[in-house]
Amino acid sequence: MKSLIYLVVGVFFGIVMFKSEAASWFRIYEMFQFDAFHMYGIIGSALVLGTLFTQWVKKGNKKSFFGESISIANKEKSFARYAIGGTLFGLGWALAGACPGPMYTLLGAGYLPILVVILGALLGTFVYGILKNKLPH
Amino acid sequence: MNVILQPWPWYVSGPLIALTMAILILLGKRFGMSSNLRTLCAAAGGDKAAEFFRFDWKAQRWNLVVMLGAILGGFIAANYLTLDESVAISSKTIAKLEQLGFSSAGESYMPIEFFANQAFSSPKTLIILLLGGFLVGFGARYAGGCTSGHAISGLSNLQLPSLIAVIGFFAGGLLMIHFIFPLIF
Repeated sequence: MKSLIYLVVGVFFGIVMFKSEAASWFRIYEMFQFDAFHMYGIIGSALVLGTLFTQWVKKGNKKSFFGESISIANKEKSFARYAIGGTLFGLGWALAGACPGPMYTLLGAGYLPILVVILGALLGTFVYGILKNKLPH
Repeated sequence: MNVILQPWPWYVSGPLIALTMAILILLGKRFGMSSNLRTLCAAAGGDKAAEFFRFDWKAQRWNLVVMLGAILGGFIAANYLTLDESVAISSKTIAKLEQLGFSSAGESYMPIEFFANQAFSSPKTLIILLLGGFLVGFGARYAGGCTSGHAISGLSNLQLPSLIAVIGFFAGGLLMIHFIFPLIF
């Protein structure tokens, strides 16, 4: 039953990613060229509402639908991992034109070469796991 | 119905992304798509190779179900909720892309050079796609999150680390588009 809820959330998210064109390689390129407001509007409006929601949840000790208390953890404080990891992510985001959510969406939409991107992403995750202790964090 | 079949404007899309995050939080979970890549590595036996993959990945099955849903959502949106897949990017962007040799800018959802099946027969394209994916996977785990985990969830939680990560996302993206693209295309 719970699985069905997560499936529905995923379907909803996938449809939003596709219909918003946030999954389009062209929109990502356009964003990094500052040629249109579209992607900034999407991220910005999601952020304004997301912030209002998150602060509302944190203030009021809200319970989840299943009655558990919700705690939203803070991110571990550091600089190097976020700056270096973030920059590497950005290089890939612009090159492949897809971040993880849209990758799954594009696979469903039938753009089969995205499988190569997903394979690369799995490899990248795996190599990070192997090198983790040798990298500055 | 016609409104749904058109591309969705940013002021509809952005709030619906926030809604996705809100529902996941109210379900007691988190909005983070790249975590699935780690879960998949662990499920495929990565725990034998690195400590990073030694965790109870079955507790993350809910997120794999979200991922499956996103695949299904992409299928539904592309096949049943879209009349015209072309993306109306700005004419300035189209001109820049045509100069780089991308012929389908403004006419398709994805560049055909990269995402039509002809990509499988071009070694250069395969390397670009594989490398792009590799950087996304490696960078997301190094930074502890991707667009959903840092740019939406983390910034909504007013986290300085997420701000550093998002600045990194943009620094990397700008570097790729403005300095590396001219070298490879």
